Amino acid sequence: MEGGATGEPLREREVTPMEWRRKHVLGLADFSAEEIEFVIDTARSMEDVLTRDIKKVPALRGKTVVNLFFEASTRTRTSFEIAGKRLSADVVNFSSSVSSVAKGETLLDTAKNINAMMPSIIVMRHPASGAAQFLSRHVSCSVINAGDGSNEHPSQGLLDLYAIIKLKDKVKGLKISIIGDILHSRVARSNLYSLGRMGADLWLCGPGTLVPKEMGRSGATVTNDIREAVRDADVVMMLRIQLERQKTAYFPSLREYTRNYGLNSEVFSLAKKDAIIMHPGPINRGVELSDELADSSHSIILNQVESGVAIRMALLYLLAGGHHAAH
Amino acid sequence: MLLIKGGRVIDPGSGRDEVGSVVIADGKVADFLPGGEAPGTFNGTVVDAAGKWVVPGLIDMHVHLRDPGFEWKEDIRSGTAAAAAGGFTSVVCMANTSPVNDHPEVTRYIREKAASAGRANVFPVAALTCGQNGKEMTDFSELFEAGAIAFSDDGNPVRSALVLRRALEYAKAFDFLILEHAEDHELSGGGAANEGWTAHRLGIPGIPSAAEEIAIARDILLARFTGGRIHIQHISTKMGVDLLRMAKRAGIRVTGETAPHYFTLTDAAIEGYNTYAKMNPPLREEEDRMAILEGIVDGTIDAIASDHAPHDEYTKRCEFVAASNGIIGLETALPLSMALLAGGKVTPARLVDLLSAIPARILGLKGKGTLRKGADGDVTIVDPEAEWEFRESDVRSKSRNSPFFGWKMRGRAVAVLCRGRVTHSLMKGVTPDA
Amino acid sequence: MKKSGKKLILDTKGVDRVLSRLTHEILEKNKGAEEIVLVGICSGGVPLSRVIQGKIRSIEGVEVPSGYVDITLYRDDLSRAGYQPRLKRTEIPFSIDEKKVVLVDDVLFTGRTIRAAMDALIDFGRPKNIQLAVLIDRGHRELPIRADYVGRNVPTARAETVEVFVGEETEEWKVVLRESPSGKGK
Repeated sequence: MEGGATGEPLREREVTPMEWRRKHVLGLADFSAEEIEFVIDTARSMEDVLTRDIKKVPALRGKTVVNLFFEASTRTRTSFEIAGKRLSADVVNFSSSVSSVAKGETLLDTAKNINAMMPSIIVMRHPASGAAQFLSRHVSCSVINAGDGSNEHPSQGLLDLYAIIKLKDKVKGLKISIIGDILHSRVARSNLYSLGRMGADLWLCGPGTLVPKEMGRSGATVTNDIREAVRDADVVMMLRIQLERQKTAYFPSLREYTRNYGLNSEVFSLAKKDAIIMHPGPINRGVELSDELADSSHSIILNQVESGVAIRMALLYLLAGGHHAAH
Repeated sequence: MLLIKGGRVIDPGSGRDEVGSVVIADGKVADFLPGGEAPGTFNGTVVDAAGKWVVPGLIDMHVHLRDPGFEWKEDIRSGTAAAAAGGFTSVVCMANTSPVNDHPEVTRYIREKAASAGRANVFPVAALTCGQNGKEMTDFSELFEAGAIAFSDDGNPVRSALVLRRALEYAKAFDFLILEHAEDHELSGGGAANEGWTAHRLGIPGIPSAAEEIAIARDILLARFTGGRIHIQHISTKMGVDLLRMAKRAGIRVTGETAPHYFTLTDAAIEGYNTYAKMNPPLREEEDRMAILEGIVDGTIDAIASDHAPHDEYTKRCEFVAASNGIIGLETALPLSMALLAGGKVTPARLVDLLSAIPARILGLKGKGTLRKGADGDVTIVDPEAEWEFRESDVRSKSRNSPFFGWKMRGRAVAVLCRGRVTHSLMKGVTPDA
Repeated sequence: MKKSGKKLILDTKGVDRVLSRLTHEILEKNKGAEEIVLVGICSGGVPLSRVIQGKIRSIEGVEVPSGYVDITLYRDDLSRAGYQPRLKRTEIPFSIDEKKVVLVDDVLFTGRTIRAAMDALIDFGRPKNIQLAVLIDRGHRELPIRADYVGRNVPTARAETVEVFVGEETEEWKVVLRESPSGKGK
């Protein structure tokens, strides 16, 4: 900002001066640590807005955000919608069951049609990996990936990081275990990037059929033993077991799964005393997470949701709050 | 009468690799004259092939002409024009048309259309099972009589080992050839790229190499068990090559082909969700690519076939998992294969074997794959030094789905004769016959 | 030759005297420190508001609540910023309802920053009134905004920049007028 020098309000830590240059947020694979920190810092300011009585700022006034969801998702979509509205943007929702997609329109045609309406940002969730990148090549506005197949879910990766930082101050050196269906989880993959880049000691755990062997190359420790994963962990992140997938039998039965990979108080007692439990939602109570633990004080699942709105406000603001020549 | 003068005639079929002239008369090879000189008087067209290779017309034994049924992607006319431009005089087209070529009418249609409008010989492959449904065998001998040269459900594997067993046993009596697309659908199901590090990073569901390896093993063992003859199409894996090698050593009647993209590219080519590198079987890892090169060198792999698979742009301009499988290949097969010469391990004669002599032998195409006296007048003249860039504007196929645009190539077919008629020419003074 | 076209407007002593005068003016006009809250505009106004808070403490023996507001999310000229301006924090940990809010900024120029600050304040509550104290008024208003308390009037050319160095860290307080534009001007 102009004029003035130091004497800024006290912060938790100094941030490297950086300019935001991305036009899209498609994934965290190539985000630098500086960029990640930048988003987190912006989210902190957004969280200030959320504590006021009037939870609205005019930063995105007159801009349109389109939520283009080809997969059912109330949680993420609502989060983006609220984020957009808090920034005074006009938010429009397209969901596939009612849209032209049901009539067989290709993604390319849907993209062109929406692009013609000149939104500032399209937030898209799609069942095909790489769909967000494809979209970004065929529209002129910014694109935020709200989940593409089993590739990435960048806003989730960032909000999980943010939620942990708020409680633990940092992520570097923390043992963070992600447990469940790693194979199909875009949340796990984005978290690998966000938490990994910030220096966490990452562990991945699940049945042999659900933890791809390539995961070992990502720098995380892979194990099929939940006790090993949970032992001395600072953060235990449980992933939803997708019941619909059982038709191709990745494991014998839910009971067998819960027995070996479900988190209950007994297994959780192996973690550090102040360990926290996370879950991207929605939870299958009694399957991957016991009722008791889901409601315990260790669970920060609701904090995740809160952090989600702030992170999404930050992303929307960074992509559309300024001049497009910046990208 | 036509005299192809002074070129390097490479014809393993007649044991020849020397400078000489080939005389074509009445659509057949009439004579060979050693040395660079023409006969005193010659009553016909003279093609100066000095500095060029003169080889038996190339044969592509795996092509999808999409005709009947998908003519917007390709048809017999455009497909054979692409073949001629790529140096091919014969193509073997697969049965996954619409309607499927499981009926003599369809076979005859293809033959007739090729005879009148085509720029290459077309040998249709008929479906192994009705509608390629994997259940009931088609009428092999009736189809053969209508012009089918072999049988295959390519596009798909024959799922049932029992059905394949019966087909092998039945075909054996007639010495009919079965071409098999080796893939275990249960293992590959849902996959869109080779199951490996690249697909993992991109979040794309994988097709494990085991899906091909298991199918090849099954096919080899069924050939062994029945004593029948089988040809494995588009081999893409190291283990696939190893199994073929082992089978041959054991005397099992099995042959195998690979496509140029499997020895030129790896799954790294799909980076950025590049749908123009998506095909089935998928591009594999470097280890597989090296093994395929090894198999070409040591004779395990018998033929190079393009698996020319034309697709319209709309099926490629979409998200990766939804994109169609396949690339065009007729116009790049020869130059990509010629890149094999660089290492010194593959000789020009071996190349001619892979692209002409051996396919002719496997398919029983008498008079083709050789330039011996009396053979069909199918000749490809190659300029091994020609340096050119493969551009979209050059493509004769109706489709443009290729990952090789912009590639600098070395080696090109500069003139092609099919049954004595010029079907393609980049040479001055040599014009294609109408 | 003038070195880099800099002209010193106020030195450390000068700044201190000006701030003392401003503090007295604020107290005089409001008849004391009751109901006053100070809100510094990030980032230039923040150290100034703290100094004023300290001076009120010395003069009246009263601790006046002080906070700060980042107006980035309320700016109307974001598209000219060229890149995403970094957000700073906003902290007003007290109610501003029925209070006399004294906005403090270092340089008053076009008035757009002040407009944005007022929009932000209205979202925080309903103050009794809003007053504006600035160290320097350099003219060139684009909106009908005026300061209630002005340290110094400094007529400037549009291309010039007024730089204010004030803070706990820098012992030296000074206000400098720079001839060559820094690109943004203030």
